[in-house]
Amino acid sequence: MIEVKDVSFTYVNGVEALRGVSLTIRDGEFVAIMGQNGAGKTTLVKHFNGLLKPTRGEILVDGVNTRKVSVATLARKVGFVFQNPDHQLFCETVEDEVAFALRNFGFEEKTIKKRVAWALNLLDLTEYRETSPFMLSGGERKRVALASVLAWNPKVVILDEPTIGQDQKQKERLRQFIIQLTAQQKTVIIVTHDVEFVAECNPHVVLMAQGEIVAEGGAKQMLTNPDLVTKASIVPPQITQIFLELADLGLPTDLIDIHEAREALLNFLGVNS
Amino acid sequence: MSVFDGLRFRMVSSPIHRLDPRAKFFFVCVMFVIAVLFNQLLPLIVLFLIQMPLVFVAGVQREWIRSLRGALFLAVMIFVINFVFAYLSPGGIQGIEPPVDTLPEYLMLFENSFALTLRFVVLIESFSVFFLTTSPDHLGLALEQSHVPYEFCFAFTTAVRFVPVLAEEAQTIMDAQKARGLELERGNFIKRIRNYIPILIPLIVNAIRRSLELAETMESRAWGATEKRTNLYVLRLKKPDYVLVMMSILMLVLAVYVRLFLPVPPLVVILQI
Ligand SMILES: Nc1ncnc2c1ncn2[C@@H]1O[C@H](COP(=O)(O)OP(=O)(O)OP(=O)(O)O)[C@@H](O)[C@H]1O
Ligand SMILES: [Mg+2]
Repeated sequence: MIEVKDVSFTYVNGVEALRGVSLTIRDGEFVAIMGQNGAGKTTLVKHFNGLLKPTRGEILVDGVNTRKVSVATLARKVGFVFQNPDHQLFCETVEDEVAFALRNFGFEEKTIKKRVAWALNLLDLTEYRETSPFMLSGGERKRVALASVLAWNPKVVILDEPTIGQDQKQKERLRQFIIQLTAQQKTVIIVTHDVEFVAECNPHVVLMAQGEIVAEGGAKQMLTNPDLVTKASIVPPQITQIFLELADLGLPTDLIDIHEAREALLNFLGVNS
Repeated sequence: MSVFDGLRFRMVSSPIHRLDPRAKFFFVCVMFVIAVLFNQLLPLIVLFLIQMPLVFVAGVQREWIRSLRGALFLAVMIFVINFVFAYLSPGGIQGIEPPVDTLPEYLMLFENSFALTLRFVVLIESFSVFFLTTSPDHLGLALEQSHVPYEFCFAFTTAVRFVPVLAEEAQTIMDAQKARGLELERGNFIKRIRNYIPILIPLIVNAIRRSLELAETMESRAWGATEKRTNLYVLRLKKPDYVLVMMSILMLVLAVYVRLFLPVPPLVVILQI
């Protein structure tokens, strides 16, 4: 469980990136943090593994104050995949890259081998085992970065903008894979601008603007409320937009799912499905 | 990274900022030459103090102090190395009859090492004043109008422009690797240096990648298509610039005169210690 208690954070240059943020994320929960550029999303999640320490307030990860432990200790529990994979890839082969963190955490070589094979398989990278990560495409590099974090099986997985540069097939894999993680009682936190992806995944949504949490709740409730989406400067999913446009006809406006939309339309047209 | 902070330009207007970069650069060069001319403490202290008013008039005290703090480690190294080696073979230092064994001799040794350290600090001081008060654009303009080939000017301004970007990127990379369990502060001396490999490789690879991208985008925007470039802004020397140049020349002449014809006694002797 991650408890954020009235946290404020100011960067050394004086930018107040977080202002009195409070939030609780339970084990096994799937949370999407959304909001305009510069809202403070990345700043907030960097607090969860101790990379940043709050200027005011405190953060408890499973009851442990992040101020009291090192990043390396917290990282064992909280895996963080950065937005840009080029900020971490440096090994000669994909395999070594995935093993890097495991070596840092002092796993045994035998375990490392097993975990690496598992993670590569999970992200469809086995064929690139011996390839240099620098030779891969942008989307593939991103998956290597993801594999290198999942390999040590952290309890909480934080993904900053995971869908950027991924094709439809990989996005769908990512979605499946997040479902799988939450089924194992792992907490998954994503930071994203991809409303369509959020609409498909239906996570708990936290909306941020100007360093504050504007609202939080189910994806449907958050993404279909015109006031809230304006506040957080996001655009509702296309399905919702259509139904908002058609509101005069008496159609429901709180839809984010294709199947629901189909039902609603068929109902409206008086056709039985 | 704090050394870079001291060189980071911030747009403000002050009489010092408005000076022509060429005049300021001349002043810095003169400071450089004078600092190298002397290895006695007294003139170096004078040099150090002479530049203080510039810092205050420009209102860059905070940044300036930060850059000095960034240079602290090197300064201490210079002091220690000079002290140790001069102690081992003190020949040539005024007022010391080897071996070093009396208090005045120790003081002399101390003064000598301190003077050499201060020489380094003076160099840092003048360069930091120059870079803190001169926008990279003006600098490029100044180079161009001194008939330096445009390719070099461009390379130079780009390099300066990317220093803060690199510093920021280094920070992000450090965070990304810490999130994968890298502990920079762990192990013996050799291990600690090796700990920086996961940070240096992505930093260098990204810099190279970015420079190639920059070259491509520039080519695609017809860089170098016209042989003769004109500038919207043309630098002209104004009265304060001439004053600065004249003062610099005067100081240089004075310094050369003192160096050639007046013996500069050590502080220890002047203060009768
Ligand atoms: N290292 C830093 N130093 C100073 N200010 C920073 C730093 N990183 C971010 N900021 C500032 O803090 C604020 C919040 O930034 P943050 O990166 O958390 O936003 P974000 O919500 O992740 O945005 P994006 O959607 O663009 O990723 C911004 O105003 C940004 O300029
Ligand atoms: Mg961000």
